[in-house]
Amino acid sequence: MGLGTFKGGVHPYNGKELAKDKPIREYRPKGELVFPLSQHIGAPAKALVSVGDTVLRGQKIAEAGGFVSSPIYSSVSGKVKAIEKRRVPTGGMVDSIVIESDGAFLEVGFMENHDISSLSRDEIISKIQDAGVVGLGGAGFPTHVKLSPKEPDKIEYIIANCAECEPYLTSDYRRMKENPELVISGMEIVLSLFPNAKGVLAVEDNKPDIIETFSRMIKRHERISVMPLVEKYPQGGERQLIHAVTGRDINSKMLPADAGCIVDNVETLVAIHNAVKEGRPLMHQIFTVTGDAAAEPANLLIYLGTSYAELLEAAGGLKTEAKKMISGGPMMGFALFDLNVPTTKTASALLCLTKDEASLYETTACINCGRCVEACPENLIPSRLADYSANMQKDVFEKWYGLECIECGSCTYSCPARRHLAQAIGSMKKQILADKRKK
Amino acid sequence: MNENFNVTTSPHVRAKDDTNRIMLYVIIALMPATFFGIYNFGISAAILIILTVASCVGSEWAWNKLLKKKQTIGDLSAVVTGLLLALNFPSSIPWWMAILGGIFAIIVVKMFFGGLGQNVMNPALGARCFLVISFAGYMTDFSAYKEYADTFGGATPLATLKAGGDVDILRMIIGTTPGTIGETSMIAIVLGAIFLIIMGVIDLRIPGTYILTLVIFVTLFGGHGFDVDYIVAHLAGGGLMLGAFFMATDYVTSPITPLGKIIYGIILGLLTGIFRIFGSSAEGVSYAIIFTNLLVPLIERWTVPRAFGIVKTKEVKADEGK
Repeated sequence: MGLGTFKGGVHPYNGKELAKDKPIREYRPKGELVFPLSQHIGAPAKALVSVGDTVLRGQKIAEAGGFVSSPIYSSVSGKVKAIEKRRVPTGGMVDSIVIESDGAFLEVGFMENHDISSLSRDEIISKIQDAGVVGLGGAGFPTHVKLSPKEPDKIEYIIANCAECEPYLTSDYRRMKENPELVISGMEIVLSLFPNAKGVLAVEDNKPDIIETFSRMIKRHERISVMPLVEKYPQGGERQLIHAVTGRDINSKMLPADAGCIVDNVETLVAIHNAVKEGRPLMHQIFTVTGDAAAEPANLLIYLGTSYAELLEAAGGLKTEAKKMISGGPMMGFALFDLNVPTTKTASALLCLTKDEASLYETTACINCGRCVEACPENLIPSRLADYSANMQKDVFEKWYGLECIECGSCTYSCPARRHLAQAIGSMKKQILADKRKK
Repeated sequence: MNENFNVTTSPHVRAKDDTNRIMLYVIIALMPATFFGIYNFGISAAILIILTVASCVGSEWAWNKLLKKKQTIGDLSAVVTGLLLALNFPSSIPWWMAILGGIFAIIVVKMFFGGLGQNVMNPALGARCFLVISFAGYMTDFSAYKEYADTFGGATPLATLKAGGDVDILRMIIGTTPGTIGETSMIAIVLGAIFLIIMGVIDLRIPGTYILTLVIFVTLFGGHGFDVDYIVAHLAGGGLMLGAFFMATDYVTSPITPLGKIIYGIILGLLTGIFRIFGSSAEGVSYAIIFTNLLVPLIERWTVPRAFGIVKTKEVKADEGK
C-alpha cells in the first residue's frame, strides 16, 4: 500500500464519528478569562499589565521570559481583574492574568502582509516568535525555537503532523476540512525558511477526504507532497511520524532536526500563517467538546482563556452524568477534577465520558503475555520497566532504555492484567531525569 | 454540576482483552482436543479431565483460603492448567493420580513460587514430569487403546517408530492412535491453535521455530534423511503439537522479548530432537519445555531489544565504558 507507519502501536476505539461532521462554530466568551503565564515549554512569560489596566483584544499582556519562552496575548477586550495563581488543566496552580471581558471585543490593529518574499528569514521567525506561536499539538514547544536549528540547510523535511491519532479529537480534521488553504499557506511559509526542504502533509488514511483535498491543492506545488499514513495510535507521535515519513529514527536525546526534520501540527501551521501573513497573534484554538456524555458534540473556535466549564455549556452541556472529564484525548489527556480551568494554547478538547475504564478494572498479576511489548512504539519492554520502577531499580531501568518512553500509554491500554504501566514508567523517568539535573 | 469526576493518569481507555478472557480463549481452543480425546478414549478420559480440573481449581481455592489471600480462581488459569495436565495423561491412570497431579501442579509448581505470573515452570508439565518419574508404569502405559493395540501393539506411534516399527500417517494426523488424552489428534490441536492465533493470543514465533528446528534436527540426525513419513510421525505421533502450541507458548514461562521467543523455540526444537533421538524415551517434549523454561530469565537478559532510534554503535560504546 505504501502507507507510512511504524512498529507497534494500538487501535483504540476512535470515537471520531461523534464530532467529525460538526462544522467549526465560533464561541465568544462572556465574563472572566484566565491567561496562565506558563502555557508552553520553557521560561514562564512575564506580565506586562497590572491590575486595573484596560486591555484590547490582540494586546500583548505578557512577554517572553527568555528565548525558549513565548508571549501571551489577550483574546478579549476588558479590564485586568487580578494577577494571581489559578488552577490549570494539568492540575497545578500557575500565575495567571485574569481579564474581565467587556463584551466588545475591541481589537488593536493588525498589520497584514501577504507577500512574504519581501521578508527575510529572521523577520519571518521573529514574527512567529512575537505572535506567541508554540506547538499547538500538545507539547507547547515554542515554534520559533524549532524553526531555528543550528544548520537550516540540513533540514530536508518539513512534516505537517495531520495524523490526529488521538481518539475522539476532530479539531485538526475540521480545520483541514474547512481551511486547508491556511494549512498549506503555513507550510509554504516554513518552507521559505528552509531552502533544501520539502514539505510533507502526513495524514492518517482514516481521513480520505482530506488526503484528496490536499492532493488536489498541492498539484502545482513542487515542494509539497501528501503522505497517507496507516491509522494507528500513536501515529502522530513525533518520533513515530518522522519514521513513517522518512524512515529515519531518533531517540530521546535527539531533536527532529538531527534527522533533518521539522514537525509542526495542523493548528501550528495555521497559527504561523496568521502570524506572518495576517499579522495576528495567537488568540484562538479549535476545540472539540465530545464524548458519550456530551449532549451535542461540537468543534468550537475558542478564545484562549475561556474556561472548560463555559465551553461545555456553549456546546450544549451534558446529556447524562459524566464519570470522567478529560482535557485532550483519552490516550494522553489529563483528567480534570474541576472544569473551572482556562483553555491554554495547547488545549484541544474536552472529552466527557460516562465510564472511567481506567478505574473500572482491578490490577492483577502480570502474566508476561508481551502485549505491552508488541504495543510499544519505542521497542521497550514496558512490563519489566514497570517492575524496575516499583523496585526503584534505577540502573536497570536505564539499561533497559526506560528513558526512551514517550508515555503514549499504548502499554497500559493493551495490558490484560490492567497494570498501570505507563504511569509507573513515567514516574520513574521523571525521578531519574530529576536526579540527572541535580548532578 | 457534578464535580465528583474520577481522576487518574492517562490513558483513560483500555483494550477489551483481560487475563480472564485470554484464559477463556485458551480453554475454548483446547476444546477440540478435549472432545476428540473423550471420543477416542471414552468415558474414563472425561472423568480424568473433570477430576484434574477440579483438583487444580480446588487446590488454588484452598491455598488462597488457608493463607488468607485474595481469591484468584476467577482468572481461570487453574482451569487451563488442569485441562492441559489432563490432556497429558494416558486415559488409564487411576483417579487418585489425576488428583495428586492437580495438587502438585498448583501448589508446588505455581503457588509456592507466588501464584500466577511467578512460576518458573509450566505447572501442567511440571506435574506431568513429577508423575512420570514417580509412577512411570502408569504414566507410560498406553495399552488401553485396544483396537489400535491389536494392530500395532500397545505403544504410541512415536514409541513404535523408535522401536523400528511402522506407523499409519493418516491415523496419526486424525488422532485415532494410542497416546495421552489430548495429544493424539494433530487436526484438533491445530484447529485450536488457529483459533488462538486469530484471537491474537499466540503467534507463530515460538511454535513455528520449535517445529521447524525439530524438523531440521530429525532430518539431519534421525537416520532417515528427508523422509516425509518419518518427519510427519515426529510431528503428529507424540506430544509435539500440544506442547508447541499450548505449553511452549505459556506466557508466564516463555520469554517476553521478541528475539527471545525465537531463541526459545530453537532451543526447544534442539532439546526435543536430542531427547527423542538420542534419549532412552521416545518422547521428549515435556522435558525439553520445562528445562528451557528455566533458561528463560537468561534468554531474556541476552535479548533486550534496542529501543527505537538507539543506534548500535552507541550501545557498544556504553558497554566499553563499564
